[in-house]
Amino acid sequence: MRFWRRRRHDHVDPLVCREFVELVTDYLEGRLPATERARFEAHLAECDGCEGYLADIRAVAGSLREVPTPPADAATREVLLNAFRELRES
Amino acid sequence: MGGDDALLARLRAGDEAAFDALVAQHDAVLRRVARTFVPTPALADDVVQETWLAVIRGLDSFEGRSSLRTWIFTILANRARTRAAREARNLPFSAIEPDTPTVDPAAFGDDGRWRSAPPRLDVDPESNLLTGELRAHLLDAVEQLPANMRAVITLRDIVGARPEEVCDVLGITDGNQRVILHRARARVRAALVPLVEVSA
Repeated sequence: MRFWRRRRHDHVDPLVCREFVELVTDYLEGRLPATERARFEAHLAECDGCEGYLADIRAVAGSLREVPTPPADAATREVLLNAFRELRES
Repeated sequence: MGGDDALLARLRAGDEAAFDALVAQHDAVLRRVARTFVPTPALADDVVQETWLAVIRGLDSFEGRSSLRTWIFTILANRARTRAAREARNLPFSAIEPDTPTVDPAAFGDDGRWRSAPPRLDVDPESNLLTGELRAHLLDAVEQLPANMRAVITLRDIVGARPEEVCDVLGITDGNQRVILHRARARVRAALVPLVEVSA
Protein backbone atom coordinates (compact mmCIF):
# COMPACT_ATOMS: atom_id res chain seq x y z
CA MET A 1 0.00 0.00 0.00
CA ARG A 2 2.70 2.41 1.06
CA PHE A 3 4.69 1.51 -1.97
CA TRP A 4 1.81 2.22 -4.32
CA ARG A 5 1.21 5.62 -2.78
CA ARG A 6 4.82 6.61 -3.03
CA ARG A 7 4.99 5.70 -6.64
CA ARG A 8 1.94 7.73 -7.38
CA HIS A 9 3.33 10.66 -5.47
CA ASP A 10 6.69 10.52 -7.20
CA HIS A 11 5.13 10.28 -10.57
CA VAL A 12 5.23 13.91 -11.65
CA ASP A 13 5.69 14.83 -15.26
CA PRO A 14 9.21 15.94 -15.90
CA LEU A 15 9.56 19.53 -17.03
CA VAL A 16 10.55 20.24 -20.61
CA CYS A 17 12.67 23.19 -21.76
CA ARG A 18 9.70 25.09 -23.20
CA GLU A 19 8.06 25.14 -19.76
CA PHE A 20 11.33 25.77 -17.93
CA VAL A 21 11.97 29.13 -19.60
CA GLU A 22 8.52 30.35 -18.52
CA LEU A 23 9.19 29.51 -14.86
CA VAL A 24 12.59 31.18 -14.58
CA THR A 25 11.36 34.40 -12.99
CA ASP A 26 9.03 32.68 -10.52
CA TYR A 27 11.99 30.50 -9.55
CA LEU A 28 14.37 33.43 -9.08
CA GLU A 29 11.69 35.27 -7.09
CA GLY A 30 11.21 32.29 -4.81
CA ARG A 31 7.58 32.00 -5.88
CA LEU A 32 7.44 28.43 -7.13
CA PRO A 33 5.50 26.01 -4.91
CA ALA A 34 7.69 23.21 -3.55
CA THR A 35 6.61 20.57 -6.09
CA GLU A 36 7.17 22.90 -9.01
CA ARG A 37 10.53 23.95 -7.63
CA ALA A 38 11.57 20.31 -7.39
CA ARG A 39 10.57 19.72 -11.02
CA PHE A 40 12.40 22.87 -12.04
CA GLU A 41 15.58 21.92 -10.21
CA ALA A 42 15.47 18.34 -11.48
CA HIS A 43 15.33 19.63 -15.04
CA LEU A 44 18.04 22.20 -14.34
CA ALA A 45 20.37 19.44 -13.12
CA GLU A 46 20.10 17.50 -16.36
CA CYS A 47 19.80 20.17 -19.05
CA ASP A 48 22.81 22.26 -20.08
CA GLY A 49 20.71 24.44 -22.38
CA CYS A 50 18.35 25.47 -19.59
CA GLU A 51 21.19 25.89 -17.12
CA GLY A 52 22.76 28.34 -19.57
CA TYR A 53 19.47 30.13 -20.13
CA LEU A 54 18.96 30.62 -16.40
CA ALA A 55 22.56 31.85 -16.01
CA ASP A 56 21.93 34.37 -18.82
CA ILE A 57 18.80 35.73 -17.16
CA ARG A 58 20.62 35.97 -13.83
CA ALA A 59 23.49 37.80 -15.53
CA VAL A 60 21.06 40.23 -17.20
CA ALA A 61 19.33 41.05 -13.91
CA GLY A 62 22.62 41.25 -11.99
CA SER A 63 24.27 43.45 -14.60
CA LEU A 64 21.34 45.87 -14.72
CA ARG A 65 21.81 46.32 -10.98
CA GLU A 66 25.38 47.43 -11.70
CA VAL A 67 24.41 50.12 -14.21
CA PRO A 68 25.90 53.27 -12.71
CA THR A 69 23.55 56.07 -11.74
CA PRO A 70 24.88 59.46 -12.81
CA PRO A 71 25.21 61.99 -9.98
CA ALA A 72 22.49 64.62 -9.67
CA ASP A 73 23.66 67.71 -11.46
CA ALA A 74 24.77 70.66 -9.41
CA ALA A 75 22.44 73.19 -11.05
CA THR A 76 19.41 70.99 -10.39
CA ARG A 77 20.39 70.59 -6.75
CA GLU A 78 20.73 74.34 -6.41
CA VAL A 79 17.30 75.02 -7.93
CA LEU A 80 15.64 72.42 -5.74
CA LEU A 81 17.38 73.64 -2.63
CA ASN A 82 16.07 77.13 -3.30
CA ALA A 83 12.58 75.75 -3.81
CA PHE A 84 12.86 73.81 -0.55
CA ARG A 85 13.95 76.95 1.28
CA GLU A 86 11.10 79.05 -0.08
CA LEU A 87 8.32 76.51 0.18
CA ARG A 88 9.24 75.38 3.69
CA GLU A 89 9.35 78.97 4.93
CA SER A 90 5.98 79.95 3.54
CA MET B 1 12.48 51.79 6.32
CA GLY B 2 14.23 52.41 9.61
CA GLY B 3 16.02 55.66 8.84
CA ASP B 4 12.94 57.33 7.41
CA ASP B 5 11.55 58.72 10.67
CA ALA B 6 14.69 60.62 11.55
CA LEU B 7 15.13 61.84 7.99
CA LEU B 8 11.50 62.92 7.78
CA ALA B 9 11.80 64.88 11.01
CA ARG B 10 14.83 66.72 9.63
CA LEU B 11 13.10 67.45 6.34
CA ARG B 12 10.01 68.77 8.10
CA ALA B 13 12.21 71.00 10.24
CA GLY B 14 13.55 72.54 7.03
CA ASP B 15 16.99 70.90 7.20
CA GLU B 16 18.54 71.86 3.86
CA ALA B 17 21.41 69.40 4.06
CA ALA B 18 18.93 66.55 4.54
CA PHE B 19 16.92 67.68 1.53
CA ASP B 20 20.02 68.10 -0.61
CA ALA B 21 21.13 64.58 0.32
CA LEU B 22 17.68 63.26 -0.60
CA VAL B 23 17.92 64.93 -4.01
CA ALA B 24 21.46 63.63 -4.52
CA GLN B 25 20.31 60.13 -3.69
CA HIS B 26 17.17 59.96 -5.83
CA ASP B 27 17.20 62.60 -8.56
CA ALA B 28 19.00 60.65 -11.28
CA VAL B 29 17.01 57.51 -10.54
CA LEU B 30 13.76 59.48 -10.73
CA ARG B 31 14.83 60.83 -14.10
CA ARG B 32 15.52 57.31 -15.32
CA VAL B 33 12.13 56.08 -14.13
CA ALA B 34 10.36 59.14 -15.55
CA ARG B 35 11.83 58.40 -18.95
CA THR B 36 9.98 55.10 -18.98
CA PHE B 37 6.68 57.00 -19.01
CA VAL B 38 7.25 60.07 -21.16
CA PRO B 39 8.72 60.30 -24.64
CA THR B 40 11.42 62.93 -24.22
CA PRO B 41 14.17 63.79 -21.71
CA ALA B 42 12.79 67.34 -21.44
CA LEU B 43 9.39 66.03 -20.35
CA ALA B 44 11.08 63.71 -17.90
CA ASP B 45 12.94 66.68 -16.42
CA ASP B 46 9.62 68.53 -16.00
CA VAL B 47 8.01 65.56 -14.33
CA VAL B 48 10.91 65.11 -11.93
CA GLN B 49 10.88 68.78 -11.02
CA GLU B 50 7.11 68.66 -10.39
CA THR B 51 7.68 65.58 -8.28
CA TRP B 52 10.25 67.29 -6.07
CA LEU B 53 7.98 70.29 -5.58
CA ALA B 54 5.12 67.97 -4.64
CA VAL B 55 7.44 66.17 -2.21
CA ILE B 56 8.42 69.45 -0.55
CA ARG B 57 4.77 70.51 -0.26
CA GLY B 58 3.64 67.09 0.87
CA LEU B 59 6.20 66.46 3.62
CA ASP B 60 3.82 67.51 6.37
CA SER B 61 0.92 65.40 5.19
CA PHE B 62 2.97 62.27 4.33
CA GLU B 63 1.72 59.59 6.71
CA GLY B 64 4.61 57.21 6.50
CA ARG B 65 2.51 54.21 5.48
CA SER B 66 5.06 53.44 2.81
CA SER B 67 8.76 54.20 2.79
CA LEU B 68 9.80 57.69 1.83
CA ARG B 69 11.28 56.33 -1.39
CA THR B 70 8.09 54.49 -2.35
CA TRP B 71 6.10 57.64 -1.67
CA ILE B 72 8.38 59.75 -3.86
CA PHE B 73 8.31 57.17 -6.67
CA THR B 74 4.53 56.96 -6.49
CA ILE B 75 4.22 60.72 -6.85
CA LEU B 76 6.55 60.51 -9.82
CA ALA B 77 4.60 57.69 -11.48
CA ASN B 78 1.29 59.55 -11.05
CA ARG B 79 2.68 62.81 -12.40
CA ALA B 80 4.39 61.06 -15.27
CA ARG B 81 1.23 59.25 -16.27
CA THR B 82 -0.81 62.43 -16.12
CA ARG B 83 1.75 64.07 -18.33
CA ALA B 84 1.95 61.15 -20.72
CA ALA B 85 -1.84 61.20 -21.06
CA ARG B 86 -1.72 64.88 -21.87
CA GLU B 87 0.87 64.13 -24.52
CA ALA B 88 -1.52 61.50 -25.89
CA ARG B 89 1.15 58.86 -25.56
CA ASN B 90 -0.71 57.03 -22.88
CA LEU B 91 -1.10 53.29 -23.00
CA PRO B 92 -3.24 51.47 -20.49
CA PHE B 93 -0.54 50.44 -18.11
CA SER B 94 -1.63 47.06 -16.91
CA ALA B 95 -2.64 45.94 -20.37
CA ILE B 96 -0.42 42.94 -20.80
CA GLU B 97 -0.38 41.51 -24.27
CA PRO B 98 -1.88 38.06 -24.59
CA ASP B 99 0.08 35.17 -23.31
CA THR B 100 2.92 35.17 -25.77
CA PRO B 101 5.88 32.87 -25.11
CA THR B 102 9.03 34.60 -23.88
CA VAL B 103 11.27 32.45 -26.09
CA ASP B 104 10.64 31.93 -29.81
CA PRO B 105 8.63 28.66 -30.01
CA ALA B 106 10.73 27.66 -33.03
CA ALA B 107 13.63 27.12 -30.64
CA PHE B 108 11.87 24.02 -29.27
CA GLY B 109 11.12 20.72 -30.94
CA ASP B 110 7.82 18.83 -30.76
CA ASP B 111 8.98 17.23 -27.52
CA GLY B 112 9.34 20.70 -25.92
CA ARG B 113 13.11 20.46 -25.66
CA TRP B 114 15.63 22.83 -27.21
CA ARG B 115 16.21 21.85 -30.85
CA SER B 116 19.83 22.78 -30.33
CA ALA B 117 21.56 24.34 -27.34
CA PRO B 118 20.31 27.95 -26.96
CA PRO B 119 22.88 30.71 -27.60
CA ARG B 120 24.72 31.92 -24.52
CA LEU B 121 25.52 35.47 -23.55
CA ASP B 122 29.11 36.21 -22.61
CA VAL B 123 29.16 35.99 -18.85
CA ASP B 124 32.18 36.58 -16.67
CA PRO B 125 32.68 33.38 -14.66
CA GLU B 126 34.00 35.23 -11.62
CA SER B 127 31.26 37.80 -11.20
CA ASN B 128 28.44 35.99 -13.06
CA LEU B 129 27.78 39.33 -14.76
CA LEU B 130 27.73 40.11 -18.46
CA THR B 131 31.05 41.04 -19.99
CA GLY B 132 31.80 44.71 -20.60
CA GLU B 133 30.81 44.77 -24.23
CA LEU B 134 27.34 43.42 -23.55
CA ARG B 135 26.89 45.64 -20.53
CA ALA B 136 27.50 48.64 -22.77
CA HIS B 137 24.32 47.67 -24.67
CA LEU B 138 22.12 46.89 -21.69
CA LEU B 139 20.42 50.26 -21.39
CA ASP B 140 19.76 50.37 -25.14
CA ALA B 141 18.05 47.00 -24.85
CA VAL B 142 15.91 48.28 -21.96
CA GLU B 143 14.96 51.40 -23.92
CA GLN B 144 13.58 49.28 -26.75
CA LEU B 145 11.06 47.59 -24.45
CA PRO B 146 7.38 48.55 -24.31
CA ALA B 147 6.60 51.10 -21.59
CA ASN B 148 5.26 48.75 -18.93
CA MET B 149 8.24 46.40 -19.23
CA ARG B 150 10.64 49.33 -19.19
CA ALA B 151 9.08 50.69 -16.01
CA VAL B 152 9.09 47.37 -14.16
CA ILE B 153 12.60 46.26 -15.14
CA THR B 154 13.97 49.72 -14.42
CA LEU B 155 12.48 49.74 -10.95
CA ARG B 156 13.26 46.15 -10.07
CA ASP B 157 16.63 45.51 -11.68
CA ILE B 158 18.25 48.91 -12.14
CA VAL B 159 16.88 50.75 -9.10
CA GLY B 160 16.69 47.61 -6.96
CA ALA B 161 13.15 48.23 -5.73
CA ARG B 162 11.35 45.39 -3.95
CA PRO B 163 8.36 43.73 -5.67
CA GLU B 164 5.83 45.27 -3.24
CA GLU B 165 7.32 48.67 -3.87
CA VAL B 166 6.91 48.28 -7.62
CA CYS B 167 3.28 47.21 -7.17
CA ASP B 168 2.59 50.27 -5.01
CA VAL B 169 4.33 52.69 -7.33
CA LEU B 170 2.81 51.39 -10.55
CA GLY B 171 -0.54 50.31 -9.13
CA ILE B 172 -0.30 46.76 -10.46
CA THR B 173 -0.77 43.37 -8.81
CA ASP B 174 2.12 41.22 -7.70
CA GLY B 175 1.28 38.67 -10.38
CA ASN B 176 1.34 41.28 -13.13
CA GLN B 177 4.57 42.69 -11.80
CA ARG B 178 6.22 39.28 -12.09
CA VAL B 179 4.84 38.51 -15.55
CA ILE B 180 6.02 41.87 -16.86
CA LEU B 181 9.45 41.46 -15.27
CA HIS B 182 9.71 37.96 -16.74
CA ARG B 183 9.03 39.15 -20.26
CA ALA B 184 11.25 42.18 -19.90
CA ARG B 185 14.30 40.15 -18.81
CA ALA B 186 13.74 37.59 -21.55
CA ARG B 187 13.50 40.32 -24.16
CA VAL B 188 16.63 42.05 -22.94
CA ARG B 189 18.48 38.75 -23.16
CA ALA B 190 17.10 38.15 -26.66
CA ALA B 191 18.21 41.64 -27.73
CA LEU B 192 21.77 40.91 -26.60
CA VAL B 193 22.07 37.48 -28.25
CA PRO B 194 22.82 38.81 -31.77
CA LEU B 195 25.73 40.84 -30.38
CA VAL B 196 27.35 37.64 -29.16
CA GLU B 197 26.70 35.81 -32.40
CA VAL B 198 28.27 38.61 -34.41
CA SER B 199 31.41 38.77 -32.31
CA ALA B 200 31.81 34.99 -32.12
